Amino acid sequence: MNEWRYWFAEQKGTLLALAIFVVMFVIYTSNHPAGLTANVAQTAANKGVLLAFVAMAQTLVVITAGIDLSVGMIFILTNCLASWLVVGTPAETAFGVVVVLLVGLLCGAINGAIVIYGRLQPIVATIATGAVYFGIALLLRPFPGGSVNEDLADALTGRLFGYVPSSLVALLAVIMLVWVPFSRSVYGRAAYAAGSSEVAAYMSGVPLKRGKFMAYTLAGLLAAIGGLFLTFFTYTGEAAYASGNAYTLFSIAAVVLGGVSLFGGRGSAVGAIFGAFAFRTIGDLLFVFDFDPLWQPLFQGVVLLVAVSLGAFALFRVKNRLEWFG
Amino acid sequence: MDAASSGAATLFRMEGVSKRYGGVRALEEADLAVHPGRIHAILGENGAGKSTLIKVMSGVVAPDAGTMTLDGRPVTFASPAEANRAGIVCIFQELSLIPDLSVADNIVISDPPKRFGMIDRRAQRRIAEQALARAGASDIHPSALVKDLPLSRRQMVEIAKALARNPRILILDEATSALTASDVKKVFDVLKRLRSEGLALLYISHRMHEIAELADECTVFRNGRKIATYEAGTKSDAEVIELMIGREYHNVFPPKAVPAADAAPMLECRNLNWADRLNDISFTVRAGEVVGLGGLDGQGQRELLLALFGVLRGLGGEMLVDGRPVSLKSPAHASSDKVGMALIPEDRKTEGLMLPMTVRENLAFAAMDKVSRRGVIDRAAESRLIDEMIKLLAIRTAGTDIPVGALSGGNQQKVVIAKWLMRQPRIILLNDPTRGIDVGTKQEIYQLLRRLADAGAAIVFYSTDYDELIGCCDRVLVLYDGAIKRELVGDEITEHALIASALNIGMSEAAEMTGAKP
Amino acid sequence: MSDMGTAAGPLGALKSRMPKFLHKVDPAVATAFACIVLLLIVGSIYSTSFLSPEYLLQQLKVASFLGVIATGMMLVILLGQIDLSVPWTVATGAMMASAAAAFGPTGVVLAIPFGILCGAAIGTVNGIGVAYLRIPSMIITLATNAVAQGLMVVYTGGFSPQDSASAAMRWMATGVLIPGVPNAVIVWAIIGAATVFVLTRTTFGRSVYAIGNRERAAYLSGVDTRRVVLIAFAVSGGLSAFGGVLLAGYASKAAQSMGDPYLLPAIAAVVLGGTSILGGRGSYLGTVAGVILITLLQSILSVMQMPEAGRQITYGVVIVAMLLLYGRSPATRA
Repeated sequence: MNEWRYWFAEQKGTLLALAIFVVMFVIYTSNHPAGLTANVAQTAANKGVLLAFVAMAQTLVVITAGIDLSVGMIFILTNCLASWLVVGTPAETAFGVVVVLLVGLLCGAINGAIVIYGRLQPIVATIATGAVYFGIALLLRPFPGGSVNEDLADALTGRLFGYVPSSLVALLAVIMLVWVPFSRSVYGRAAYAAGSSEVAAYMSGVPLKRGKFMAYTLAGLLAAIGGLFLTFFTYTGEAAYASGNAYTLFSIAAVVLGGVSLFGGRGSAVGAIFGAFAFRTIGDLLFVFDFDPLWQPLFQGVVLLVAVSLGAFALFRVKNRLEWFG
Repeated sequence: MDAASSGAATLFRMEGVSKRYGGVRALEEADLAVHPGRIHAILGENGAGKSTLIKVMSGVVAPDAGTMTLDGRPVTFASPAEANRAGIVCIFQELSLIPDLSVADNIVISDPPKRFGMIDRRAQRRIAEQALARAGASDIHPSALVKDLPLSRRQMVEIAKALARNPRILILDEATSALTASDVKKVFDVLKRLRSEGLALLYISHRMHEIAELADECTVFRNGRKIATYEAGTKSDAEVIELMIGREYHNVFPPKAVPAADAAPMLECRNLNWADRLNDISFTVRAGEVVGLGGLDGQGQRELLLALFGVLRGLGGEMLVDGRPVSLKSPAHASSDKVGMALIPEDRKTEGLMLPMTVRENLAFAAMDKVSRRGVIDRAAESRLIDEMIKLLAIRTAGTDIPVGALSGGNQQKVVIAKWLMRQPRIILLNDPTRGIDVGTKQEIYQLLRRLADAGAAIVFYSTDYDELIGCCDRVLVLYDGAIKRELVGDEITEHALIASALNIGMSEAAEMTGAKP
Repeated sequence: MSDMGTAAGPLGALKSRMPKFLHKVDPAVATAFACIVLLLIVGSIYSTSFLSPEYLLQQLKVASFLGVIATGMMLVILLGQIDLSVPWTVATGAMMASAAAAFGPTGVVLAIPFGILCGAAIGTVNGIGVAYLRIPSMIITLATNAVAQGLMVVYTGGFSPQDSASAAMRWMATGVLIPGVPNAVIVWAIIGAATVFVLTRTTFGRSVYAIGNRERAAYLSGVDTRRVVLIAFAVSGGLSAFGGVLLAGYASKAAQSMGDPYLLPAIAAVVLGGTSILGGRGSYLGTVAGVILITLLQSILSVMQMPEAGRQITYGVVIVAMLLLYGRSPATRA
């Protein structure tokens, strides 16, 4: 029993995010004119997966007590790049995918290098690199356009066995191949340690810098996977500034909903994924309730405001006012 | 002269090691020899170079000059990790545990067991359990998060973590300062066992009686230099203190005034209750009195001080200041002129001072309303008041416009006290104000407390150091499990009585525990 | 803040303190000014008119919009927080002021205060969230930004707002009261002088720095830290909205997402000016330098007729490069 208590304490954030998502999704599907069909699930999954990848990317950095305000721009940049490269024969397509992922890795590595070895504050550094990545995206696609290998795109955005959205399978694969090994590795632990207490981590001889660098680099990779999927969904590349910004902001919202501490050291990418799905579902709720789309931004904003304020209720239980100050 | 009497070969030797930070010589031409199977105590005031010495030894800082040899071979450490690999492990005064990770994660942090490149959680669990058992702390669950543990348990985890690395030289820097008495006893047993296993132990502590119990040999540092090394037990406490401060050591505590029993109660508490940490606490403090809070660490003393200062919510019971009931909602309220309270907090670095801000800004911060009109600061008035305080407390600083973080620990603590004295508080609460402070400053603080009491202040003084309670207080309230177990008055305040009531046991058992020492 | 009204006094006070002020100039601020000189030299190579007084005054005028917004941002950053609600607070200020101006003579009179008040309201929500509910500022300001956006989208129906800026708004942004000095610059100077005064001479300013350094210590020293944080956020919101009012006056009307291009420059200006993003350290002089630096950089890039893509890239690279030059945190204790 005791063991379960510790496990539960550790997973509390993730479980809460899962619960929020399930509730939202049930409300959504039960009010959807078509109910929960394979089609509805597929559309929901595809929309959610995009934000899920970017939120995972954000999680990795947030765990180190950093923040990556360039994830949205890496997402856009890799989308533009993919719209040039992920075309043609299977071999060419494969090559394109690899290059896109490598560019994502590189972007993340640049962020990591500037923050860790250049010792700049992540907020400012990634704002600046975000501008650079967006500039490059704009160079690649001054106007929306391009194309993508549609066979691959359809395969990855369609359904497996008639029911299972393949984008969800892809997401699961990425969790298993990127998140699980990282979080269980020495470097993953170093990233958590760095986020929780950098001084203590240094004193303990943890490979701090490499752990943090790895987190930023893999964040770039995950954002690039998101960019690839965006291309698969839209068949085009577009250097959309507003969209990049929105994804960055939504990724932070998803991370918070997913129980990842913005102060670092606590949380899981899985939680952030549920956070992303929950956030997406919130946006879709308006659709099933037949609201004027004009109200969607306000609704999303209010939900976000309420969601982040809910966490504050724990505050009323705080009996020692010093705990306000962390 | 060296501790040549020990037959064992030297395991580690340091020769002519120097280190400076900017213009400050932290360590100068330091020599030290460490032998296996012995506990070597390092003594010295704060700023004597002890911290720098162990930082050099454990690879946290690189020395500017000098050599270090391990097993006769020269060594250099670029990082704590390298020193660890060589077998030198340090338990730092500032905890090196990572709060959001579990106990087991922390114990194996520097070299986790791996399987297929990933951390092997089962093996990690096993190692952690063994290490905790070896440290005598099997009551700690390996899956618990460190941040959920109380300070004394964390310190035990810290020790377990060090042991898990199989050190050859174990350095303990004030490792017992956060421990409860029963933990200290456990730790001492562990240390003695490790000594018999052939480890070399370096033990840094301010607590003379701990050193008397543990050490085989002692080295005294002063102003970054090694002053002397001697076999334990060959010098009296007075001689040792003289070595440490470089002058004779007289009259540690100021004489206590005869308390006027008829003085009006300044602060009165009736049945204070808070969560499950404070239980039915009632006491009175009169003007001119110094009332100590005793007991083991973590028995509610800190909470009591915070409760008095209006920090805690949901406080039950009644509080009277000058006979009038008050309900304090915040430190701002408690320190207002109507109430006139001041709290010298537990940790001067995070609660007492804004380290990067100037001495002036820190000093004036609690009394800004005294030196401003409608929110605008009168710099002339501010300077006058600040200069007065600096003189009054003899704060050694190179000016008022340097960061307070540049001062020594003792002077920083004086700034914390001075900033509250600027408000001329009538009720002064102190939370272990001499922790980690050099002997000289400690004495100044004792004198000051008595002066303030004589001038009519009511003082509540929590200390983890029994000698201080004995020397400074007119009365001592001993807390146990959030309740006042005993009140000691005047001559009743003895080490025996303090320990007995702290442990909530009879006097005779206490006498056994303190051994030969009266 | 009641101290805003006494702006004339502090101007004099500032001057009398000038030598001492320069005496302890932060190296970061000095570097920022050096970079400004460098940019001026580079700019003059591209265009001879770059150093003409008219052009420089024009730049100063453009800078003053950012300057007003960055002032609020600086207050919040000094607390160790951040205000990401700037984009839609700017837009809300502009739109609400213009909307008020459409309501007859009373509306015209109240347009500017109303716009600022709306911004201060957003800031107050931020402040309550950060100070009383202890929500990380990055999150709560993001949320209020989304709410403000939602409100404005609903209000305008998603189209460009039809109301025009009032005459007073236009006069404030583009008029000239003192010959040769655009009014916008005077507005910035007044706000700047008031800020310097508040930060250096008042208990509020001390508290802002103290909270940025160690809120716990400030609280235990008997300062109502929550009130200070709340006020700082409210002021920041008000100043962002005021920036929006000026921008609307400059362009004669408000526009959707008119505030978007001001968030990153405002943060960059504050940080390039040597204010620590972790709070507790920084001077207003630095923010002035940062604002001018950013404005000149943007101007040079447009003088060079660099396409948008190149501008973004250069912009990012220059900020990183300058921060690497002097904005690095100290190495890990060693």
